Amino acid sequence: MDKLSRIAWLYVGAAVAAAVIVVVKGPYAGLDWSQIGVLGLLLVACESSATLLNARNLAWSANTMASLAAVVLCGPVGAALVSCGTLFGLRRGPSIVQRMFNTAMYVLSAYLAGRAFLAFGGHVGTPGQSSFPGLIGPFAAAAVVHVAVNFLLLHGVFWLTREPGDASVRGGLDFKLWLTDLGYGAFGVLIAALWSVLGPFTPVLVLIPVFVARWAVAQFAAQQRAYEATVSALCQAVETKDFYTRGHSERVSRGAVMIASEIGMRPERVGAIRYAGMLHDVGKLGVPTSVLQKRGSLTDDEYAAVQLHPMRGLDMVREIGFLDEALAGIMHHHERIDGKGYPMGLAGDEIPEFARVLGVADAFDAMTSDRSYRGARPIPEAIAELRKWAGKQFDPAFVDAFVAAIERDGWTAPEPAPAGEPLRTIESL
Amino acid sequence: MAGRWYEPRGLPRHALDSGHWLLVAFAGLLLIWSVAATAVTGVHNVDAALAFGALIAFGELLRLNLPGDREAAPIATAGAMAYALVLRIGSEPARTWPSQVVAVTALAMLIGALPHLAVGRPAKLTAMSARLVAVACAAAAFRPLANAGLIGSRWWTQLPVMLGVIAVAWFLESVVTALIRTDALRARFSVALGDELRVQFPIAAATGASALLIAFAAEVMGLAAVLVFAAPLLVTQVALRRYAGIRATYLQTVRALARVTEIGGYVETGHSARVSRLAVAIGRELGMPEAALLELEYAALMHDIGQLSLRDPVPGGATVLVARDEQRRIAEYGAEVIQQARVLDSVADIVRRQSDPCRPDGRFQPPPLSSRIIRAANAYDDLVGSSTDSSRAAEAVARLRLDTAAEYDPQVVDALGNLVSPAA
Repeated sequence: MDKLSRIAWLYVGAAVAAAVIVVVKGPYAGLDWSQIGVLGLLLVACESSATLLNARNLAWSANTMASLAAVVLCGPVGAALVSCGTLFGLRRGPSIVQRMFNTAMYVLSAYLAGRAFLAFGGHVGTPGQSSFPGLIGPFAAAAVVHVAVNFLLLHGVFWLTREPGDASVRGGLDFKLWLTDLGYGAFGVLIAALWSVLGPFTPVLVLIPVFVARWAVAQFAAQQRAYEATVSALCQAVETKDFYTRGHSERVSRGAVMIASEIGMRPERVGAIRYAGMLHDVGKLGVPTSVLQKRGSLTDDEYAAVQLHPMRGLDMVREIGFLDEALAGIMHHHERIDGKGYPMGLAGDEIPEFARVLGVADAFDAMTSDRSYRGARPIPEAIAELRKWAGKQFDPAFVDAFVAAIERDGWTAPEPAPAGEPLRTIESL
Repeated sequence: MAGRWYEPRGLPRHALDSGHWLLVAFAGLLLIWSVAATAVTGVHNVDAALAFGALIAFGELLRLNLPGDREAAPIATAGAMAYALVLRIGSEPARTWPSQVVAVTALAMLIGALPHLAVGRPAKLTAMSARLVAVACAAAAFRPLANAGLIGSRWWTQLPVMLGVIAVAWFLESVVTALIRTDALRARFSVALGDELRVQFPIAAATGASALLIAFAAEVMGLAAVLVFAAPLLVTQVALRRYAGIRATYLQTVRALARVTEIGGYVETGHSARVSRLAVAIGRELGMPEAALLELEYAALMHDIGQLSLRDPVPGGATVLVARDEQRRIAEYGAEVIQQARVLDSVADIVRRQSDPCRPDGRFQPPPLSSRIIRAANAYDDLVGSSTDSSRAAEAVARLRLDTAAEYDPQVVDALGNLVSPAA
């Protein structure tokens, strides 16, 4: 959101203006200011502990919880006032414009949620024993309205500030996030319900499980990043054995992900194919270096040794529990559609989908990078080659998807290998 | 069988030691006593008993495996603690006796464990027993006070007492679990207790807070509170499960990928796995805490990664037979590889220092304990390999002993000797 277009400025301006009107207009009669203060603090705590979701500074916080509690306890205007706390979130990152917009967004969501709560027959105030279960219906309506308004406003701004070919718009605003938001919103009713017994201590007790959950999510994310980095480092270590394939697994992984996203694979499967791409050639380690780097054609024995590598790779990664589909991809990435591949000679649809995707990406990267026996080919030539062999070696649908993705997003071919750089050996290290 | 003594990588499921039996028997007695006592006094507030029982059973069904072969059932524990702490349900004061709390908890836990048994996942009796003992302790401490109306009627008098009870119960459960683990893993008690408290703290905090929420909310919302206030914990539980899942996958993956050196013919099959098992066992024997043990395990699994930089494998993979400088280069390269992962810097450091001699020679600081352990474990495995011949194991230890003080850390070699030939 560095440079906003005129329409985006109008949009943000309109949201902020509407929020200011809501807050200024009141009415303030009958508001319990100490309650608003406590809930405001709760909201600041939630906002300050937001998790960053992607590079575009989209963060997710549990604000909904505090504003929905305020909807029940203080009514629409009170909820709008509580939501102003968004402005004071102790978190680095958002620019002043982003902060203003976020605040306006939460103020408007809270206010409209409060209106919905009243419209569905909810009573504002501290709920007592007689309020349940009658409170649940109006509260649910308020929660849905809150999440929906939030969603629409945010989508609006993302749509107006999107950059061409920006995949994070799709990835960042996924639907599950809004379900999670609705779930956290449900904590609002708990805070409201306990207010009569525990008073201002309620948010503290409610926050503990929430913060533990967020801690676990953060740990999960950190572990996952660590995991990816470790797999990739180990793959690179394997590649040092064959100088010419440096970066190969990384690129095949990228290509496979491009194809998978292009054909609309589910995100979990895209994740799995990314690992499959990284790991597809680990079995090459079992092939003698002299064979891998041989110039000229291989003897039958040497060729047999090369053909063994998918099975070797499979042996190695078989114990990694989550990789079920990836395993099939690794094992069969050298099969051909016409049944002339190895190790099993499968044909057509018998070949697992992952393997067919990997086959295309693997061949493309092999063609566009240097090998000991020939130089790299230019991208258009490699694409022509893929097209030529589609239906024989490659699955035509995946070739089309790959070509479409490359034409849209481009492809970074590896740097040409400097001639004659020796392998690091124990003597030269 | 040299390998058997450092085999257990967690609690062995079917080999319960005396400590386990004692705990399980105690829990069984608790169950029998509580059911009998409740039968005599009659069940107080049947609806509440059923509602809390259902929550506990549900929570037990959703039990959670945590890093380090631990088990937790946050929802069940929160439900049981709340049942022990509840003061009023709606307008009616709760006058439940401790025996009834224990009986409901124990029976509900058994019911919740049944579906697991039905699909062939064995019940972890010790973990269940530890949880039951904690709940029984809380109920026994709190119920008599509450039933006698001794803890006031406002939240600022009630809350501190409840917090205290929860903290004590949690500590007790940790002590019991640590005792069991000390027994099973040959760990030190103080270390095991520290690990236990550290790992369980976030879960205990979430569970305790939820128990208090349920107990207080029951006053406003009646038994609906039991249902509604389990929801926050469900969110926590989902997050924790994903975290535990990726932790397990990570270790699995490193274990699998550490075998690249075996596939490439650089080391003997099974070498990395054996060295890491032995290293972790030595580390535990020497009282290393769990976080350090995990790093040690990663480092031990990947200690030979550096050999990938060799064009031709060292004969038989035995790095112990290669010259010191070359060993150091291999280690250095392995550390570089691991450092590329950016998150395993301390692991990289352990791998880098693994070939340094234990005695500082002026230029170098002595290597970290983990490096010294890997050095000894690696040397031992290079000498013994997959052989299970006990005389060969003894010879190898004797040979390492000759080099202690200069090459190997005497403490580490002693621990190794204890592990591979416990009779000596």
